[in-house]
Parts: sequence; structure tokens; C-alpha cells
Amino acid sequence: MSRGSALTPRWRVGYTVQKRLARALTHMALLAMVAVLFVPAAWMISTSLKAPQEVYLFPPKWVPSSLRWENYYHALTIQPFHIYLLNSFLIAATGTLGRVLSSSLVAFSFARLRWKGRDILFLVMLSTLMLPSQVTLIPQFILFKELGWLNTFRPLIVPMFFGGPFFIFMLRQFYMTIPSELDDAARIDGCSSFEVYWRIIVPQSGPALATVAVLVFQGRWNDFFDPLIYLHERMKLTASVGLLYFRNEFGGAHWPQLMAASFVCMVPLIVLFFSAQRYFLQGIVFTGVKG
Amino acid sequence: MSTVRRLAWRVTRWRPALRTSGRENIEGWLFASPWILGFAFFTAGPMVAAMFLGFAEYDLITPPKWIGSANYARLLRDPLLVSSLKVTSIYAFVRVPLVLLLSMVVATLLNTKLRGLRVYRTMFYLPSILPAAAVSMLWLLVFDHDYGFINSFLRQLGLNGCNWLGDTRYALPSLIVMSLWGFGGSMIIYLAGMQSIPTEYYEAAEVDGAGPIQRWWYITWPLMTPILFYNLVMGLIGSLQVFTEGRIITNGGPENATLFFVLYLYRNAFEYFKLGYAAALSWVLFLYVLILTLLVFRSSSAWVYYTSELKR
Repeated sequence: MSRGSALTPRWRVGYTVQKRLARALTHMALLAMVAVLFVPAAWMISTSLKAPQEVYLFPPKWVPSSLRWENYYHALTIQPFHIYLLNSFLIAATGTLGRVLSSSLVAFSFARLRWKGRDILFLVMLSTLMLPSQVTLIPQFILFKELGWLNTFRPLIVPMFFGGPFFIFMLRQFYMTIPSELDDAARIDGCSSFEVYWRIIVPQSGPALATVAVLVFQGRWNDFFDPLIYLHERMKLTASVGLLYFRNEFGGAHWPQLMAASFVCMVPLIVLFFSAQRYFLQGIVFTGVKG
Repeated sequence: MSTVRRLAWRVTRWRPALRTSGRENIEGWLFASPWILGFAFFTAGPMVAAMFLGFAEYDLITPPKWIGSANYARLLRDPLLVSSLKVTSIYAFVRVPLVLLLSMVVATLLNTKLRGLRVYRTMFYLPSILPAAAVSMLWLLVFDHDYGFINSFLRQLGLNGCNWLGDTRYALPSLIVMSLWGFGGSMIIYLAGMQSIPTEYYEAAEVDGAGPIQRWWYITWPLMTPILFYNLVMGLIGSLQVFTEGRIITNGGPENATLFFVLYLYRNAFEYFKLGYAAALSWVLFLYVLILTLLVFRSSSAWVYYTSELKR
């Protein structure tokens, strides 16, 4: 079609109708997908509020005849689930603190200081991003066992204080965007490197640090493998592993309670997501995969 | 560039040569030391140790015993190793393309200046950040033979459902379907990329008479290939390490149909207490991931489009 024809009135009318139709179809397709995505979740929440016999009802009921909120109470008390949640929170929170502090310090070194071996080590660090963690798992486990750290939170927290490659990379990319004239000015005023980091870089990196914090917290809260192998005592389990124990002990007999517990395990992240969605989305921008 | 800025640029470029040594050198290492120490103690050291441990028999109680290459020889004739590698590969090679396709389609639909974009984005993204263990429980209920959502639904239509998780034919596909639930993670990356494409490109193409499909193929697609590449590499690496679903939902069954490689490794280490063999297995996984990643990197020059600026 030529440019001229695009400007004739009749064509334009057809064009907008076509556009509206396309838009409506797009909405329909997306809404259908949202529905497919949320049906399982809705089923979970519905089940979590049912009386046991209603789970087995056929045809299935979407809205339980009476909402059994006590399922949540039972789910959290049949097993010490409140302790599991607290443990998860402790592990995730201290891990986040450690990872944010250490990663930001290392990122500062990679972004702002000039030292021998920096660029090679940076490449090494990037390549560890692709390393499957299992290859270090067995010796790490033996190391923590020899240190007497099995069945404590230490194997889950201490490594967090040694930085995380992905987050170091992310923060380094962000620090590079802060004008280095600021550093130079501060140094002329007699600031040490640490002061430059603490007084210049950190105050300007609020959003980036928040992004890292949010992503680390999510990762630590969701972690299943490490707590599974390192924690054995009931009172030390995390929520994720607690769910597995719950299921193994009660099997299919307690569907409503199991779903209630699973949902409770998701709630902190749902809350975090809605209160800090901005930071979740920013993570993508900082890594520079944005093209 | 103004003269002042050019001068400033020169000065800043220049200074490092003068100052590289001494104090800043020490400080650099000091500031980076958390990661350097972590790398030595938690990554490089254990990696090497794992290779040596592969030559030993160790059950955590009696001291490790050197048994030469017996573990590595066993790798070659371990039927469960072969089957778990196969299961894991099928999972990865089916799941990753599906996720990439689905997320590309949805990102494209969302990138049409749609009303409600933010709401959609949230809805699609949310499932991908939830704890895998809890999500596994949710899907356990969906797939359950007797009370599951899918079979209840099918029964209402007068159909007999399948034993999704108990049948060797359906267990693995069920887990793949479940994993698609989290496609929002890669979708959101595409979407961010698409939104950063200057609209002038599309306007220019429209003026030249390109339809929506042509615009997508000649503008969106090439500019998205670096992101596709990133999602592909990360998706493959992640999928080859799948564990939680296999442990919680099926625990490897039925008849090892969902015995993923990491689950097999986990069993060897923490259920059979053959830590030496598990260490040897971990190296198999490492090499597999490495080779696959290298292949994908190799292929990238053929299909990943870098703008000259990025290539530099």
C-alpha cells in the first residue's frame, strides 16, 4: 500500500475498526491466559477453606458451603508451622542483610577501584553464574559437617556474607552509572575509599540495593534444597521443608490444611511482591539484559 | 562533546595509569575479599574437592577410603544415571522452548500499548516468584487422581481422567505443564526489552508500509535475540538442575519416570550416603551443563543479532 492510500478517509475508518478488533482479541486472549493461570490458585484457596468431606464432593464446589477459617488455625498448629515460618523469616532476613552488604562492597571494588587482576576476577565471577551449584554441594556439606554446623542455620546464612555473583554484577552495573566525578571530588576532600563507598555510592544506590534485597529475600525464602539437607530437627525446619514433612505425615487426608499451609507459605512473598513490585521489575533493567 | 568534557574525559582516562599500584591495589582486593574468599572456600575449593572425592568412598561416618576410579567406572554402567539424564534432558529441552515461545507471545501481545498493561504484567509475573515447594503442593492438588482439579473437571464433562502423576507416560509431561505456570519470569524480561525499543523504528516501518507481522519480524525479533539468548542459557541451566517438583510431587516416581538428575544425586548423597559417587555425579552434571552452554554460545553467532554498539 502506498502512503497516499493510508490517508484516504475510507481506508482510515476500516483501519480503526480493524485496530479495535485486534485490541479486543488481544484482551480476550490475555484474559483467557490469566484465567488459566489463576484457576489452580483459586482452586487451592477454595480447597483451603473447605470441610474435609467437601474436598471429595462430586461435582466439585468452587465456593465451600461454609468457609472453614479454622483450617488455617489447624494447619499452623498440627505442626509447629508458626516456628517454621519464623525460621524461614530469620534465615531469609539475615541472609538478605549479609548478601546486600557483601555484594555491594564487592561491586564497589569492581566498579570503582583499580587493582591488579580485577578484570580477570570479574570474568571468573561472571562465569560462576553458569555453574550448577551441585558441583560444590558435597564438599560444602562435608565442610559444614566438620565445622559442626549441621542442623544449625549457619550453613544457610554464613555463605550469604560472601557476596553473590549475580547481585555483585547487578550492583556493579548500577554503580557504573553514577558519575565518577563525585568520587573524585570526595577524594580531593580527603575521603578514604570506604568513605566514598559509604557516603557517596550507598546513598545514591537506594533503589538498586532495595532491588537486590527483594530478590535475595525471595530466593532465600523459596529455597528448598539447602534447608532440606542441613536442617533435621523439627523446631528448626523452614516453611518450605515443613510443607514436605506435613505432606509426608498426613498425606492426602488433610488437603484443606495442606493447602492452607501452602498458601500461608506464599503470603509473605505475595505481600512483598505487591509492596515492592517496582524493585522486582527494576532487577531486569539493572542487569542490562534489556538490550 | 565540548572541550571541557573532552578534557575531563582524558583526565579521568589517564589517571588510572598513574594510580594503579599501591594503596588502591590493596584496597581493591580488600573490598573484593568477601567474594574472593567465598569463591575460594565455597566454589573453587569444593569444586576441586568434589573431583577428588569422586575417587573415594565416603559415608560421612567412616573416614573416606581411596577406591581409585571405581566411582567413575560405575558412572559408565549405571542405568539410573542414564535414565535420569534422559528424563532431565527431556524436561529441559521440552520445557525451555515452550516457556520461551509462550513468554515471547505474551510479551508481544502486552507490548501493544494495551490498556491495563500493568495489571496484566503483575498477574503473569506473580506466579513465577512464589516458593516452589508451595507451588508444588498446589499442583499436587490439581493433578491428583481422585480429587484433583483436572480430573474433577473432566468427570463433569463425562470423561475419565488419567492418573497424571502415577502413570509413567504422563508424570513427566505433567511436571512440564506445571513448570509453564512460572513463564512470567522470562516474559517480564522480554517485555522490558521490547519496551526499550525506540518507537521511531516502528513508525518508520509503518510509513514504509510494513504490517504488524513484518514489523515484528524485522524489528522486534532481531532486537530480542540477545534477550532470547539470555533466557535460553539461563532456562537450560536452571531446568537441568530441577529438583523441588520432582522431590515433592512425584519423588522420582512412578518407576523413575521423574527421577531428575539432581534428585538422583541427592539420593546418593543423603539417602544412600555414597558421597563419593554423588561427587562424581556432580561432575557429570557440571560437564553436561558446560558442554551445552558452550554449544549454545557457539550457535549464537548464527542467530543472535547484536547491534554494533553492543558487539563492541
